[in-house]
Amino acid sequence: MAELAAVIASTHHPFYYRASTSTGADRPPFADEWVAKIEAFRETLTRAEPDVLVMVGSDHFHQLWLDNMPQFLVGKAPFFDANFYNEEREFGLPRMTLRGEEDLAAHLLRDGLDRDFDLAFSNELRIDHSITCPIITLRPQADLPIVPIYTNIFAPPLPQPKRFVQLGRAIREMVESWDSDKRVAVIGTGHLSLELGGPRQFGEHGPDPEFDRKAVEWIASGDIEGCLAEVSLESLHTPGNATHGFMDFMLMMGVAGEGQKADHVDTLDLFHTMEAYFTWYPNGVPAGSER
Amino acid sequence: MSKYLIDKFLYTVDRDPELVERYREDPTGTVEWWEAEMANTLLNCIADERTTWLAFDDEERRALREHDHVALFQLGAHPFLTLTLFIAMFERDHGPLEYQKAYGKAMEHISLPYPDIAT
Repeated sequence: MAELAAVIASTHHPFYYRASTSTGADRPPFADEWVAKIEAFRETLTRAEPDVLVMVGSDHFHQLWLDNMPQFLVGKAPFFDANFYNEEREFGLPRMTLRGEEDLAAHLLRDGLDRDFDLAFSNELRIDHSITCPIITLRPQADLPIVPIYTNIFAPPLPQPKRFVQLGRAIREMVESWDSDKRVAVIGTGHLSLELGGPRQFGEHGPDPEFDRKAVEWIASGDIEGCLAEVSLESLHTPGNATHGFMDFMLMMGVAGEGQKADHVDTLDLFHTMEAYFTWYPNGVPAGSER
Repeated sequence: MSKYLIDKFLYTVDRDPELVERYREDPTGTVEWWEAEMANTLLNCIADERTTWLAFDDEERRALREHDHVALFQLGAHPFLTLTLFIAMFERDHGPLEYQKAYGKAMEHISLPYPDIAT
């Protein structure tokens, strides 16, 4: 059976690529600290020596649209082109092509349907910055095959938070039941408090630092029940109008498991959002890694 | 009211470089053309399958013609779509983050709960 080598959750700030590659007067004052944190975070994946990446993200109205919106979708294709014109335009993101892992995708679809998740699938999916940003931060050589899983955190009506946790738990079990000797890392990105297109956008920090503090604690300590007790679709509107992306963090808490403390926790308070990075090693910390 | 059609306008324009420039330079003409020619095009269907009934109401049409992002927000347009398209059209005329901050400040009189964005 496959081994779950690492579970990784993070934010996916689309400005990282530009900030980290900029030089001279164009380089923002926070770039060096940001790069140092990302490089330490990247090492947590490198040490896990993964063969395959399951990548949880959310399309930002790039390919999936309101005429036919899936709640949860698995990409099953031999290759995935990545990043769209309006992401190049806005964030300077490069075009990319990533290999797919179709056997694992087929397993997740079959087994997921049998576990009562009505998963949509796509044989022609172009992936966006919710998946390419963690590639840029965690695996910039982009050399590993992926299975993209898209969730709807963006276009109401949304699934309930508990459904994200349940899907995370199922992904864990399905990865570990995959008939393969591969080492799989599950990587998911979401948001802490975030406002886009509203009056609280682009402030000096995230719109709700108190929510961010609680959210980081829930994730770092694996406190799924405490998190579910306080979070609802309605309450997530209060910390910022894009905070529903936090449910992808909740999905990753489901993958990691109730009460599982993260082995790597780091944050960075940036303008308009708090960056947050978490890694769990389900089968023990690789030799030489931090605790 | 058709929140869906507002979102469809923003979505189809934002993903097309030529339409972004056209909407920046000639908002009234672009909205008129789009409503006549594009509103009833079913995405992922051939032209023969176009629908017949989608139209803006007067306030929606005015807000789009006038690049009125505050009104679009209050009408329940998806704020990500409005923001990303308007950044594409107008950020170039401003310093770093200046446009985005002014965009938010123009809405500072709006308090929670924000308008429903469900379509």
